[in-house]
Amino acid sequence: MSYFKKTLLLLGLACAHSAQAGLNIVATLPDCAAIAREISGDLAEVKCLAQGTEDPHFVTPRPSYSRVLNRADLLIVGGADLEIGWLPPLASGARNRDILPGGKGRFSASDGIRLIGVPTGPIDRSQGDIHAAGNPHFLLDPLRGKAVAQNLARALSRIDPKNAERYKANLEAFTSRLDAKLVEWHKIMTPHKGTAIVTYHSNFDYFAERYGLKVVGQLEPKPGLPPTPGHVRKLIPNAKAAGTRIVAIGSFRSRRMADFLAKGTGAKILSLPVMPTDTKPTDGYIGWIDHLVGEFDRALK
Amino acid sequence: MKSILVRTGLAFALCLAALPLQAQEAEVIQDLQRQLKAMQKALEEQQHAHQEQMRAMQAQLDTLMKSVASPPALPSPGSPSPTDVASVTSTASVTAPANPSGAAGAGPTTSLPGFKSWRPTDPIRISRGNASLDLGLTGTFTAGGSTASDVEELNPGGHDPNARGFTVQGVEINLAGAVDPYFQGSANLNFALSPDGESFMEVEEAWLESVSLPANLQLRAGQIWSDFGRHNSTHIHGWNFVDQPLAVSRLLGPDGMRNPGARLSWLAPTPWFTELSFTVQNSGGVATSFRGSNHNHGEGEEEGVPFGFRHAENDRGVKGFEDMLINPRLAMSYDLTDTQTLLFGGSAAFGPNNSGEGGETDTQIYGVDLTWKWQPLDHNRGFPFVTLQSEFLARKYEAGGFDWDEDANGGDGDGNLFVDEGILTDPLTGLPAVLTPETLSDYGIYSQVLYGFRPGWVAGLRFDYLFGQRAGYETRGLGLADNAGGIDPVGIDLERGNRFRVSPNLTWYPTEFSKVRLQYNYDDRDKIGIDHSLWLQMEMSLGSHSAHRF
Repeated sequence: MSYFKKTLLLLGLACAHSAQAGLNIVATLPDCAAIAREISGDLAEVKCLAQGTEDPHFVTPRPSYSRVLNRADLLIVGGADLEIGWLPPLASGARNRDILPGGKGRFSASDGIRLIGVPTGPIDRSQGDIHAAGNPHFLLDPLRGKAVAQNLARALSRIDPKNAERYKANLEAFTSRLDAKLVEWHKIMTPHKGTAIVTYHSNFDYFAERYGLKVVGQLEPKPGLPPTPGHVRKLIPNAKAAGTRIVAIGSFRSRRMADFLAKGTGAKILSLPVMPTDTKPTDGYIGWIDHLVGEFDRALK
Repeated sequence: MKSILVRTGLAFALCLAALPLQAQEAEVIQDLQRQLKAMQKALEEQQHAHQEQMRAMQAQLDTLMKSVASPPALPSPGSPSPTDVASVTSTASVTAPANPSGAAGAGPTTSLPGFKSWRPTDPIRISRGNASLDLGLTGTFTAGGSTASDVEELNPGGHDPNARGFTVQGVEINLAGAVDPYFQGSANLNFALSPDGESFMEVEEAWLESVSLPANLQLRAGQIWSDFGRHNSTHIHGWNFVDQPLAVSRLLGPDGMRNPGARLSWLAPTPWFTELSFTVQNSGGVATSFRGSNHNHGEGEEEGVPFGFRHAENDRGVKGFEDMLINPRLAMSYDLTDTQTLLFGGSAAFGPNNSGEGGETDTQIYGVDLTWKWQPLDHNRGFPFVTLQSEFLARKYEAGGFDWDEDANGGDGDGNLFVDEGILTDPLTGLPAVLTPETLSDYGIYSQVLYGFRPGWVAGLRFDYLFGQRAGYETRGLGLADNAGGIDPVGIDLERGNRFRVSPNLTWYPTEFSKVRLQYNYDDRDKIGIDHSLWLQMEMSLGSHSAHRF
């Protein structure tokens, strides 16, 4: 067999490989990927660009991501321009017009979701990294997670109509499991209503809103700026007066200033995953929220 | 709109009415009153119709909202009470009043006006109707000093610090946006100041790029950077050091290699990232290793002898494809682990040069580059990280034949017995030098390591090394005539001399939009010696801030 024929055969195999599976879904962040896996089941392969506990604003734009995006039938972004610092060149280099903004293969999880923390006054960059669209960490609220799942099922049915019934069935299976959990989480968290907490960043605002926790302060002096001793020193008396019991920080954050505040107020530090992972105990979307509820409950008992 | 017309008409009618009033013509007044009443009635009817329309729209909106809100979840067995469950599991409270594209499926992701407003990291978008443009500006300024008095020769890059004291390295405006469904466009216009304080403007880049070519192809055309290695296509704002690597300045050009042209690139269907690109550009412009003139940013004539001791007088014009600058590149990237990325590239550039007086002289440049980055999975704002980057470049430059006795008068242009001042002279004959064609080999390498050791702080270290094979014209003892029979030996070609530089630096990024950088350079130049320089760089980024590539 000549080299030419061998090359052709290899190219053919490569093409066959890329065509075999169902849909190719690419999510930028693990929380969106976890929901996508629930809805698509075995009808699609779901790949996630950012991994583990990466800071979603600052993901390394690895060239290989362009390759993954090139084959994507659907790109799920968190939205509210969360990925603007790294996604645009990857997407335009992927040579896949469907996944570009406005394309038929692009789904933004934040669309149709009511966001909190929308600033009302005039803002500029001197105030730090303020999100004028509102707080983008909305998937920490399981009800919003459910709404995203419903929207995503509709989007999948639209790009893959012949499997619409199966997406609907997957959605129902997921939401009935989630509903059962929602009732359980509600029961667990009801006694903790009104508990004062301090967070590092606005990561846990939606979770706090859902379960009636009161966020009395943040370690960051301004959104996106690293905590300073001066700011934390000022925060301590207020946090103490409010009866703060928890300092909730993302697991990738430095604990130094959290320790400082904890010492000054007697609060407990909770280092929590801000994204679901593929490994226990925060496996999948429900597992992740379950883990968060469990951690808060344990710390407050 | 209609009501405005009616009101205008009314006002006009009143004005008209004033004239007949003076004439006291009762009939006319009555007529006018009738008209006025009719108009009033028409206005009221219109308002009524308008209100009806609004009511109908509101009703439609209400039904839409009801259909958008999810049906109440089924009560699960064993749960407290059905009403409780519904209140805990209904998503109606968390969806936005009107559901944009989410519920409509993955349709166009346009949002309702006002729903997704601007935030500080968003592009500054100037738009009217469907025409929009992202606007950004970066300003890079440096202050510092050097033991070398010839800072411009010491720092050969076109946007390196060019004087003791202050340098405006660049004030760059970026305009970008979607052109239409088929193209996106971008332009970088760079303003800077020469050491003389002269402002100048460069069209650094201006191109349009296809978004929907088939077969994984992409086309970019306009004023573009050559796709050569890693540093060449980086704007000043993306530099990791105060100055450009020496290998890029010397072998590709003080401003890097960029010219009007077009590039076709292909994303290959391999299991890892493979991109092949093929660029065709003009060989003149700022491509100094080819037919570009020495681009010296508004400076006067350079002193001393020209590159290769030959004037570039061989302008052959463009007769065919062989007179263009051809630049292929292959880039491959592997993800070694979840935390490590490797990028390998091979580049080449072929094209004619202007050396000497005649003949077909060409230049070939080859380059390999390697980039490795480590970033842990639990990084905070992208920190910590370690990046290693190295590039090696080799240039084969065919220098054409050149006779310094250009007027064929023995170099004696003014009736003087001796060769004129400034003419390159051969010490063996005492006559203007005659240079034969030869190939000049030059090499350049740089290696840099960046360590982001805590959020916002990066320490860097870079080694630069330039070397070349000494050519025939450098070893013949040629010198410049002094118009008195004497010869001042030139020695080696300083534009090809060996050179070594070490640059440690420290950068602080208060946010993604500003930086402060302190850098020390240790320079060792052949025949010139050792120099020390210290530069403090500050940069601001206003408005749109496009994402960085790997």
